[in-house]
Amino acid sequence: MLCINVKKEEIQNIFQFLRDDNELQFNFLTTLCGMHYPEKEQLGVVYHLHSFVNNHRIRVKTTTEIDSPTIPTLTTIWPSANWMEREAFEFFGIQFEGHPNLVRILNVDDFAGFPMRKDFPLEDQTREDKDDGMFGR
Amino acid sequence: MAKELDSDYWVRDFVKTEEPKEYNTLNVGPTHPATHGVFQNVMLMDGEFIVSTEQTIGYIHRAFEKIAERRPFYQVTPLTDRLNYCSAPLNNMGWHMTVEKLLGIQTPKRVDYLRIIVMELSRIADHLICNSVIGVDSGALTGFTYIFQNREFIYEIYEEICGSRLTTNMGRIGGFERNFSAKAWEKIRFFLKDYPAKLNEFERLLARNRIFMDRTIDVGAFSAERALAYGFTGPNLRACGVDYDVRVMNPYCSYEDFDFIIPVGQNGDTYDRFMVRQEEMRQSLSIIEQAIAKLDKMEDKETYFAPDPRFVLPPKEKVYNNMEALIWHFKIVMGETDIPPGEVYHCIEAANGELGFYLVSDGGRTASRLHFRRPCFIYYQAYPEMVKGNMLSDAILTMSSMNVIAGELDA
Repeated sequence: MLCINVKKEEIQNIFQFLRDDNELQFNFLTTLCGMHYPEKEQLGVVYHLHSFVNNHRIRVKTTTEIDSPTIPTLTTIWPSANWMEREAFEFFGIQFEGHPNLVRILNVDDFAGFPMRKDFPLEDQTREDKDDGMFGR
Repeated sequence: MAKELDSDYWVRDFVKTEEPKEYNTLNVGPTHPATHGVFQNVMLMDGEFIVSTEQTIGYIHRAFEKIAERRPFYQVTPLTDRLNYCSAPLNNMGWHMTVEKLLGIQTPKRVDYLRIIVMELSRIADHLICNSVIGVDSGALTGFTYIFQNREFIYEIYEEICGSRLTTNMGRIGGFERNFSAKAWEKIRFFLKDYPAKLNEFERLLARNRIFMDRTIDVGAFSAERALAYGFTGPNLRACGVDYDVRVMNPYCSYEDFDFIIPVGQNGDTYDRFMVRQEEMRQSLSIIEQAIAKLDKMEDKETYFAPDPRFVLPPKEKVYNNMEALIWHFKIVMGETDIPPGEVYHCIEAANGELGFYLVSDGGRTASRLHFRRPCFIYYQAYPEMVKGNMLSDAILTMSSMNVIAGELDA
């Protein structure tokens, strides 16, 4: 699948172009998901687009610094981005600028931390009744 | 003595408006028999009409994407069972195919056809639940009570194939764990003979029933344009008139060898969604028949996994008597198989839409990132827009016809 990296400032223009261009016609936002790159200290978003007209699929990637993770929203282009961006916000703490209702969606509102970041422990680290060392966990 | 209530407890449910009327809020869910799952809708009501709806989801969020980052690939299969638990084998097969795509495993045709039989059976089971529940919500319990015998029979077929019924954990990466038994074939053939008559009977109960038609036609209608903007896929999108089906657009698992039509609706209302699912069940039956015919023509009756030892457990006799087999067995069970780095997106036509797996591997023993594209998580967003201005009883029907499965919604 074709994969393109895009600067986050240009993301809205690029997607508007991809959707509205007469030849490309990427009319369908298949999915978007957050990413965490701990070694680069970056967060990112991966978008999958699908053109029903040409039956092409592409992947678009963008990154943002982890200290001030902001990415422009896509809700103005596709309403379906709403919950997917809320999910990415909840899991990774990516601030989608211009999102109408950027609050947690799956976890409770007062949940602390962003659970899908790599440094977030899967289990309570104070547990002593379990030794998974030999399984590489 | 009962705890004294806050003085404005009874007042707060009424919202004053500028107009000379009052709106009141109504909680539908999280555990309400009409929602068919654990999710909540707080509705602002004007009498019996819905002014606006706010959804709360996440009551059964189990952090599958996080758990999947700590598990070897084959241990992710039971997680996918619990996404759309009405058609677990579809999710299992989708996941296996995703990993095969990453590893570059070519599955033999026989495996593909066996998978197609299982996938279409579970599509029938899922559509059958959804359609009979539309009947229940419109007041027709009869169809539900009869047609569920056939869903039960499909679960018995699963049982013959993999040993479990609801959360199946069926198949392995590269194929199946064992060949279909003679009993399983017997049951599948019986199902193909027995089910069409039952399906027709079920449809006769509802499809031209005056009450059912009045309750469903033009209820929860959605235009194709809005449906595409909201990321609809599957029967809900096809009911709006868009002939998008992953099986045809991006054939996987040898679907290109099969001859079937994509049923589409016109208005995108509850009735169309019902009828699209009915027709899809017939198409699925035809696909299963074609698959059986193709399998009967094959001389090979024994292949049930790809000739790739990386994920398929060797037979037990070999494990006990052969060192290499024992090593492979150990490596597979401990999840020590070498995985190439890479990223793949694989999607299948699940029962309620395009189920996608975005898998990023960094070469470790587990996925570095796994994202599930859950169809109903994306299209359920449109629900407030679909029910706005409708009556409450119609909103319930709209929800059941959208086939929103809480397990898939919350992952």
